Amino acid sequence: MTLPAVSGFVSQGPRRTPGHLPGSIRKVGLWILPLSFLAIFFFLPLARILAFTLDLETLSVSNLQVALGTLGFTFFQAVLSTLLTLALGIPAAILFAHYSFPGKALLRALTAVPFMLPAVVVAAGFSALLGPRGWLNLALIRLFDLAGPPIAFTGTLGAILVAHVFYNTTIVIRLVGGALSSLDPRLGQTAACLGADTRQVWWRVVLPLLRPSLMAAVLLVFLFDFTSFGVILLLGGPSFSTLEVQIYIQALQLLDLPLAALLSLIQLLCTIGFSILYTRIASRSRIQTAPRSMAVNLRMPSSVGERLFAGPMALLLSLLFVLPLLALPLRSVSRLEADRGQRAAIGVGLTTDYYAELFVNRQGSVFYVPPVTAAANSLVYASATVALSLLMGFPAASALARPGRLERILDPILILPLGASAVTLGLGFILAFGRWLASPWMVPLAHTLVALPFVIRTLQPALATLPQRLRQAAASLGASPFRSWQVVDWPILRRATLSAAGFAFTISLGEFGATSLLSRPEYPTIPVAIYRFLSQPGGLNYGQAMAMATLLMALTTACILLIEKLRLPGAAEF
Amino acid sequence: MLELRGIHKSYEHQPLLRGISFTVARDQTLCLLGPSGSGKSTVLQLIAGLDSPEAGQVLWDGRDLADTPPHLRDFGLVFQDYALFPHLDVFGNVAFGPQIRGWSRRDVDARVAEVLDLVNLEGFERRAVTDLSGGEQQRVALARALAPRPRLLMFDEPLGALDRALREQLLDELRAVLSRTRIPSLYVTHDQAEAFKIGDRVALLHDGRIVREGAPTEIWARPGSPWAAEFLGLGNVLAGRIVAGKRRIKTDLGVFSLGCSHDHRAGEPVHVLVRPTPAPRGALVTSTVRDVVFQQVGYRVVLANGLYFDAAKPPKKRERLSVRLQLECLGRDSRG
Repeated sequence: MTLPAVSGFVSQGPRRTPGHLPGSIRKVGLWILPLSFLAIFFFLPLARILAFTLDLETLSVSNLQVALGTLGFTFFQAVLSTLLTLALGIPAAILFAHYSFPGKALLRALTAVPFMLPAVVVAAGFSALLGPRGWLNLALIRLFDLAGPPIAFTGTLGAILVAHVFYNTTIVIRLVGGALSSLDPRLGQTAACLGADTRQVWWRVVLPLLRPSLMAAVLLVFLFDFTSFGVILLLGGPSFSTLEVQIYIQALQLLDLPLAALLSLIQLLCTIGFSILYTRIASRSRIQTAPRSMAVNLRMPSSVGERLFAGPMALLLSLLFVLPLLALPLRSVSRLEADRGQRAAIGVGLTTDYYAELFVNRQGSVFYVPPVTAAANSLVYASATVALSLLMGFPAASALARPGRLERILDPILILPLGASAVTLGLGFILAFGRWLASPWMVPLAHTLVALPFVIRTLQPALATLPQRLRQAAASLGASPFRSWQVVDWPILRRATLSAAGFAFTISLGEFGATSLLSRPEYPTIPVAIYRFLSQPGGLNYGQAMAMATLLMALTTACILLIEKLRLPGAAEF
Repeated sequence: MLELRGIHKSYEHQPLLRGISFTVARDQTLCLLGPSGSGKSTVLQLIAGLDSPEAGQVLWDGRDLADTPPHLRDFGLVFQDYALFPHLDVFGNVAFGPQIRGWSRRDVDARVAEVLDLVNLEGFERRAVTDLSGGEQQRVALARALAPRPRLLMFDEPLGALDRALREQLLDELRAVLSRTRIPSLYVTHDQAEAFKIGDRVALLHDGRIVREGAPTEIWARPGSPWAAEFLGLGNVLAGRIVAGKRRIKTDLGVFSLGCSHDHRAGEPVHVLVRPTPAPRGALVTSTVRDVVFQQVGYRVVLANGLYFDAAKPPKKRERLSVRLQLECLGRDSRG
């Protein structure tokens, strides 16, 4: 176990005399850039939102009615999604924690993929599988010669729920499964010897011990379901408006900025409340479990009951996690229906048309530019986000790596942007910088805000573990400061820096919430393009959405693989 | 009465137990002694019903327990790392068994107080188990196992995690508790001193079989195999062959006469145990002193030829000396 050693080292890190002048000045210097950035691009927009809501006209009866109704539905769908996620996640956690079976590592990795995928890709994947133009519906139409798609999936509550389960099951598997596999099997054995049957062992021993991780998982899943935006907008449609979707609709379509601001404030208060609760529970669950060898608990499913559980469970998980991700790329290279309304017979088969079409600037198409420009924009934005977030993240993480009193106060402030939803950030930008919105720079700035907490959390542990002694040793051997930085610091920081860059890049590539409010029509990003293609009629538009989403999926997957490869042993997952 | 008949069990496709049979009679503590990895803990798991044997039976009073799930077997189990329930306090841990069995509140309270008293932890009811010392945790584990009045107690290296002095003390306490409660017990350990101290009978587990079983004194007197003699640390074990005359053995250290009653053939390979206690009628061994190690009682003298013996007074190093040592034939079975 490297983790305890590392954290032990951190907490015993070199002590500095409080009030030591050069040190504190250096530290204040480190904070100037990240704090000014947050002040201008986070707190100022938040203040603007707050100012709007404090207006008495905003707090009208009709506005409050909309807000309450929206809040109610947001809670309703989040609770339902969380329950369904638990219903799948807990058995899955048991499967991964207690049994070994062929293909387990692959399946486990698969369940984690959706978590990092952009919402638009997930929505496109389910659309490709179950949507009106998806594989299943088109196959049924062809088979039974039907007039329309027989399965109504997109535009239903079911679609939202399934997508949320798809997204968040991995949280339950990681948190609950992790706690379950680190649970000492002897506790259950002892309980059995003392006379407890299987049910009693679960109720009286296993569940009480799992409770902290279970609660943490429930809250985290709930938080993600509560703030979910892309999936609901793309799969549910405007009739299912959660707070996020309602903010978007009010701000962008109905231009009712005060109501949007009110909704944002409610959203913000809720997420901050849940986040605080989560942090409390998460810190408690860390104390509870004593880590022990995971292999102890693993066995092949042997009895009939175990096989009846493990087999179908593994199959269900594989279907849920493979099919949407497979349906998407396959659909992007398959012509299954007429491109635009032509009634004539069409050649069903493989095609690269949807990709080729991305390079064409068609008259009357959704864009003023060839769609592939969106990909170029996304890459430019993502690179800018990487640069900006490293620029802000490095000084902040260096200061946090050797925490003093100042850092303990500032630490939670840096993580705050995580609590604000992306749509809220977007709305804040609109309210605060309305005049400058034409500037393409607004998008990477918003992305940086979203990515910064992840970048800091990735860099901080690496900076904290920098061995001072090694640097001193290098210096005592005659190395210049730059040389010793090059020899000692950089090899350690390289992985973390690349990893942080990967996070920022991935987040920026897939960011949809803020971007949907901020991007100009002539500077679309990939997710925005996918959304626009998906909301247009016609097989060609649909095909292009699939092609774009496949592209985004490939890019994101490449980044995830890079991050996974670079992951420091013992680095926190959430 | 617990009885095991011909138990077979594999671990990762390697045979681990190859026909284990023994009984634990009433009022008796049987100590299962064997090196780590010999499958001792597996035997306990099989008896508790937490695992099932590939062949053989576990019987209680002659009745096969194959279809009895662990929670109905009524066997107490104490682990080396105690396995106390971290979410319950001392009372909750000890009361677990009685509560599961649906005892009345008064009976539970009384019983918890009684067993805590028995293990010298009176008044510990409301303490968190995570705040206890290793010895206290082990006592709680014992109290918890005793509380529901099991018909058999099993201990899986219960003192392995404790330091030596505490181990001695707890071993004495455990002996007292076992003789007071008169619950038949099965005690698993790899430490022969512990085994001889706690066990009314000792069974030696080696290579998946019980190679020797008996009272501690019997096993001490007649280990029965070279492996057992070496594992128990009874003395030097030498390999040799019977030479003509049939009562003499030729080893690397010379030819010695044997004092055993076996019927040996000439040329037969035989192992002998050379006890470290000098015996007036033993075989004469002459060598130089290589090392002298102080032991609490006397000294262990190691000779250049590899043999060692215990002496009251330390000889000088590199001194040449002769000593008479008893040679015992370890039986005809040289497979070990």
